[in-house]
Amino acid sequence: MGDEAAAYGALYAGCNFFAGYPITPASEIAEVMARELPRSDGYYVQMEDEISSISAIIGAVWAGGKAMTATSGPGFSLMQENIGYAIMTETPCVLVNVQRSGPSTGQATKPAQGDVLQARWGTHGDHEIIALSPSSVQETFSLTIEAFNLSEKYRTLVILLMDGEIGHLRENITFPPLEEITLQERKTGPADAPSFGGAAVPPMSTFGQGRFVHVTGSTHKENGMRDVSTQSVHQELVTRLCGKIRDARGEIWRIEEDYMPGAKVGVLTYGATARPAKGAVLEARRQGTAVDFLRLISIWPFPEEAVRKLADRVDVILVPEMNLGQISREVERFTSKPVLPISRIGGVIHRVEEIKDEIIANG
Amino acid sequence: MKDSGRNWRIERKMNIRFSGFGGQGIILSGYIFGTAAVNDGKSALQTQSYGSESRGGGCRSDVLVSQEEIYDLGPSKFDVLVALSQSAYNSYIGSLGKGGILLVDEDLVDPGSHTPPKTHKIKATDIAFKKFGNKIMANMVMMGFVNSILGVISKESLKKAIRDNVAEETAESNLQAFDEGYRMGKEIN
Amino acid sequence: MKEDKIFHPRANKYLRTEMLPTAFCPGCGCGTVLNGFLQALDELKLDPKELVFVTGIGCSSWIPSPYFKGDTLHTTHGRPIAFATGVKVMKPDMKVIVIAGDGDIAGIGGNHLIHAARRNIDISVFMVNNWNYGMTGGQVSPTTPFGVRTGTTPYGSAEHQLEAAEVVAAAGANYVARWTTYHVFPMVKAMQEALRVKGFSFVEIIAQCPVSYGKMVKMRRGSDFLKLYKEKSVKVEKARQMSDEELEGKIVVGKLKERKRTEFVSTLRQINERFRQELAN
Repeated sequence: MGDEAAAYGALYAGCNFFAGYPITPASEIAEVMARELPRSDGYYVQMEDEISSISAIIGAVWAGGKAMTATSGPGFSLMQENIGYAIMTETPCVLVNVQRSGPSTGQATKPAQGDVLQARWGTHGDHEIIALSPSSVQETFSLTIEAFNLSEKYRTLVILLMDGEIGHLRENITFPPLEEITLQERKTGPADAPSFGGAAVPPMSTFGQGRFVHVTGSTHKENGMRDVSTQSVHQELVTRLCGKIRDARGEIWRIEEDYMPGAKVGVLTYGATARPAKGAVLEARRQGTAVDFLRLISIWPFPEEAVRKLADRVDVILVPEMNLGQISREVERFTSKPVLPISRIGGVIHRVEEIKDEIIANG
Repeated sequence: MKDSGRNWRIERKMNIRFSGFGGQGIILSGYIFGTAAVNDGKSALQTQSYGSESRGGGCRSDVLVSQEEIYDLGPSKFDVLVALSQSAYNSYIGSLGKGGILLVDEDLVDPGSHTPPKTHKIKATDIAFKKFGNKIMANMVMMGFVNSILGVISKESLKKAIRDNVAEETAESNLQAFDEGYRMGKEIN
Repeated sequence: MKEDKIFHPRANKYLRTEMLPTAFCPGCGCGTVLNGFLQALDELKLDPKELVFVTGIGCSSWIPSPYFKGDTLHTTHGRPIAFATGVKVMKPDMKVIVIAGDGDIAGIGGNHLIHAARRNIDISVFMVNNWNYGMTGGQVSPTTPFGVRTGTTPYGSAEHQLEAAEVVAAAGANYVARWTTYHVFPMVKAMQEALRVKGFSFVEIIAQCPVSYGKMVKMRRGSDFLKLYKEKSVKVEKARQMSDEELEGKIVVGKLKERKRTEFVSTLRQINERFRQELAN
């Protein structure tokens, strides 16, 4: 199951603290963590809500832990304020959002991809975010490890943006041997190295090292002390926080491309939707239509270079997604060619057949 | 009605939909079938759809078994529909593909005049209650029945998956219920 | 360093003296709490390297952040106890201390307070209760007395005061006390008891806000409040003999609860220990 794969990915990545609150379709992640963490001397705490869940994981990280929480739409909405806190305080941690159908309680047990733009812009203020979206159970496992690695590398919260389809999907998975897994170490420095400046990604001092670390969500100087009135302090801080991700976007981007000569139509997709989309592309090709395929594995930062490349190759881009057109809107920013969303909401994923028909109609 | 599909061979893939209401072990059935298929070395994929109710709501579990990568996570047509409630039958009979196989608990489902040619009936719930003292094992009887008729997955893998996924103290009776269903499937073939 | 000569040795040990003087308004009760807390730490001879301060948003959150030495997590409004939960689980040997206001702890973060007390996690919470949202200019808070006019209750508050300490006692904390800034020495003693207790400890400190709250009740000097606290306070032992009507408008002070329930993190650690031993065998 995708949820279980996310939990095992976290355990393989060395996660030793999980705080969460039950919610469909993400509860299975919490259940696996609750069962497995104590066996590897880690800790699971079921909090009173999602706000406290993200709070607790941030606290655990500053206390030296590697931490994750998992939720779905309603809980994701509640977590938004402290997503900003994690970004502002440069706290490496992972948040899994197994998207379900909204708004509000919506179809609580049905999958969707409706939180794509909320993941990008949900918390207030200028910020950049890293979000990864797996298309299979196997990839959920590996991307959870990647999410931890990216969070450490760039000292920021990383969102694993799953959808309920993948979360509750059961399929074959192979766990690699532990020694084949590469983990990004937390960046540390000497006691006098500032924890909040002096480098794009500053080294991190944590609690209990006798360094009197001062962490605040208020605008702060390199030493972490609050300074909320100096314009240049805020500008430098927020510019650096955005810059450390924007400038590294080339390294963060993860895509799967499958292009063929003469294609007039391209399919751009992500998450569970990529499965029927890939099937449709292969079927359309079998039936004689040349078509390009681009899957976004990292959704944020948006892989604009790959999207431009695809747009240069084809006349029209089809974007199947389980919402009323969120990534398709982003694609439009990078091309003047027609971008046609193939939207599907209501908790039922696209079928190969319907995407294939669209490809052939536009090819 | 004797065209049972006993010799039905899986060529490339087979889509099976288990349906009923919450509490009948529908999702567990799908899970066990999927797990057994993987143990047989096939690609398998299981999805589920259910209401917010743990008991009584509509519920289905789809198992896609294939020799290659699976793209259609929600296929529109199924090769096999297993229905353990009338409402599930009514909801999903439309998803049974042409020439598909229908398997029902005959005390709970009346396919009416539109009974597909390849239909097999079993009193799974009744047998579970009378022979094994617990209606909850109807899904085990049904799985045995399905397996003997389809033969897609090895009996050994299925029994192992059952043993791994039910409470230890009920494993034996669950397996007996499975065997009973399997035997009855063989009988009608 | 020059500062070493200016400040009391106690201040040099526990305070980030370079951040002084404090930003508190003249007459504010936060100064008394800060001073009392400083004394409590010093008398307990706690090592600042073993302290973690977790605070929220509001005037009293500024007591530890930035003035006290120690690892400091200055969190979002209402959430310090939730953040502190993660800290304590991963660093059980450190003293995890929350100092924040009534708006933070009893208002927006009220649910975290109840559940942390229920878990009986070994965190010490000092709630500085000034009966209003002072930092935002004086609006009604969950602890504002009935009938008081504030920025958002211009016709008098229609709500009743939350008795936070009693709620925490009922929720399962191992130690609960309430004092005021008039009762400086018992307050310091309660702080020390709270810091020594294993389990959730909670000290509510009624502290004056002569600027935001004072302007609304026409009590502009800190001492006006101290007189009021003296007059309205009733020791808990005496209060137990009084009727609800008699207690209306009174401040019940003293040690409200002391019990010895199992602490949360030590229970989690025991579970892990069990697996460790299984693995070793």
